[in-house]
Amino acid sequence: MDELQKALDQLDQAGAAVRLAVQDLANAPGGAADAAGAAAHTLSGGAIDPFVFRFAIFVLAIFVGYYVVWSVTPALHTPLMAVTNAISSVIVVGALLAVGASAAGAATGFGFVALCLVSVNIFGGFLVTQRMLAMYKKKEK
Amino acid sequence: MNVNLASFLYLVSGILFILALRGLSHPTTSRQGNLYGMIGMAIAILTTLALALPSAGGFGLIVLGLAIGGGVGAFIARRIAMTAMPQLIAAFHSLVGLAAVMVAAGAIYAPESFGIGEAGAIHAQALVEMSLGVAIGAITFTGSVIAFLKLDGRMSGKPIMLPARHLINLALGAALVVLIVLLVGTESKFIFWLIVAASLVLGVLLIVPIGGADMPVVISMLNSYSGWAAAALGFTLGNLALIITGALVGSSGAILSYIMCKGMNRSFISVILGGFGGETASAGADDGIERTVKQGSADDAAYLMMNAQKVIIVPGYGMAVAQAQHALREMADKLKANGVEVKYAIHPVAGRMPGHMNVLLAEANVPYDEVFELEDINSEFAQADVAYVIGANDVTNPSARDDKSSPIYGMPILEVDKARTCLFVKRSLGSGYAGIDNTLFYKDGTMMLLGDAKKMTEEIVKAMDH
Repeated sequence: MDELQKALDQLDQAGAAVRLAVQDLANAPGGAADAAGAAAHTLSGGAIDPFVFRFAIFVLAIFVGYYVVWSVTPALHTPLMAVTNAISSVIVVGALLAVGASAAGAATGFGFVALCLVSVNIFGGFLVTQRMLAMYKKKEK
Repeated sequence: MNVNLASFLYLVSGILFILALRGLSHPTTSRQGNLYGMIGMAIAILTTLALALPSAGGFGLIVLGLAIGGGVGAFIARRIAMTAMPQLIAAFHSLVGLAAVMVAAGAIYAPESFGIGEAGAIHAQALVEMSLGVAIGAITFTGSVIAFLKLDGRMSGKPIMLPARHLINLALGAALVVLIVLLVGTESKFIFWLIVAASLVLGVLLIVPIGGADMPVVISMLNSYSGWAAAALGFTLGNLALIITGALVGSSGAILSYIMCKGMNRSFISVILGGFGGETASAGADDGIERTVKQGSADDAAYLMMNAQKVIIVPGYGMAVAQAQHALREMADKLKANGVEVKYAIHPVAGRMPGHMNVLLAEANVPYDEVFELEDINSEFAQADVAYVIGANDVTNPSARDDKSSPIYGMPILEVDKARTCLFVKRSLGSGYAGIDNTLFYKDGTMMLLGDAKKMTEEIVKAMDH
């Protein structure tokens, strides 16, 4: 239990760090990391590609994912898979872009198919997770 | 909408997704976490709509697509049986994979609406990212379809071994690299579809040789792939929500695969190469010694358990197949009413996906604080009067601990043989998935209860009333 407590504490600290970082980002000129990346891009005379900043975010997110997922209790591993599945449907943003450009012909078709597929996932994934989580109950005292 | 504000909102939805996963550290916080996830998704969708305001026709299509997909998804989510969860997750993975392919196709046909250049002059970097996304997406799609068919029993769970399959896979992988280089050079749509085709074939070939009980690893691995595909497309679109989510899902799936491999004491590579459980190993079974098995009836089992102080229940995939979880809970209720201490012990790879048993027990209203993981409960078997093994086999086999020549040697097991009596519910005396004889059957303290898991448990419940 001690170890668990320690891990949770560390996670809380990590959470606080993330919150701080978010605030920093919010206060930074440009608003968000990507915009900050673009700003740095111009500041550095175009020497640093925005890709580098996106990649940095990507790598940091992998680390965040690593620590967060290790703290998930094994009893909830099935809901974890269901919910990661649901959130990976955020690929819907790409589908929306393709459908929205309705003059684009074939692209609209592909976008529409993608949109239907991920909508199944978004609604199905979150709802089935909710249904599963509602079943986990404590012992009645 | 301002581009900077939009990226900020994407970041917010990324953070909400992190919180959604964070909530799963405990059942009490998990529901809140799921809500965060939904909010994050809503923010991402609304931001995209506000950023690239679609035409009226486009907007109609979007509403239509959301309605069709959402309706189907909601219907499935409400109707699906909990025992079918592994299939459902595999099916959902395949949808993400196919969607990734479709989005990439949209991007290559209309690059200007994705901000990655003009048709015929797409940035090389975007092409590389896109082709990675489309390749991983296509592999995820067909791989998940095969996993779905195997889990759903529409395809045999036995590994299908093609001759020279490693060579074929290597050749396909090399071909993919060449095609991606060609695509960057020519931006040809034909080559794009060749990449899709090669990846689709590769996805099938990768999963076909992997057997049924290795599915927990496969399904986690496909989970991971769907994340990497999303991340690759996130780079193409320069979208923070996608990049963060892809990284989260990718690492989540990778960690789950690692946990599952460790639960079987097998290397990830050996699982991926497949073939395990195809041949029926004869190790240990034919040593010429006549071995006897003690068989018992439901009445014997009821008597033993009612007079015990502590009973530990060990469920496995067989419980899911027989849908025995409700009968099992009834039995546990009877025991508890009689003053017997009841606990459940879950092996990490019990069932067909991570956490499979926990969900089924939760469905049968078993409180989660009675359910324990292997390392938390293994030391308690020595003090237990009865271990009730229902539908598990290989994960209780003592030869994994004692017999160095056993193919499963080194795999962590639940030490049910340390309990005073081990009641083992099983259809027949055949070997388990790994094709290995379970030496537990021949131990003095073991009593075999031959029959269907659900029927046997129900009979025990009836016998307890006498």
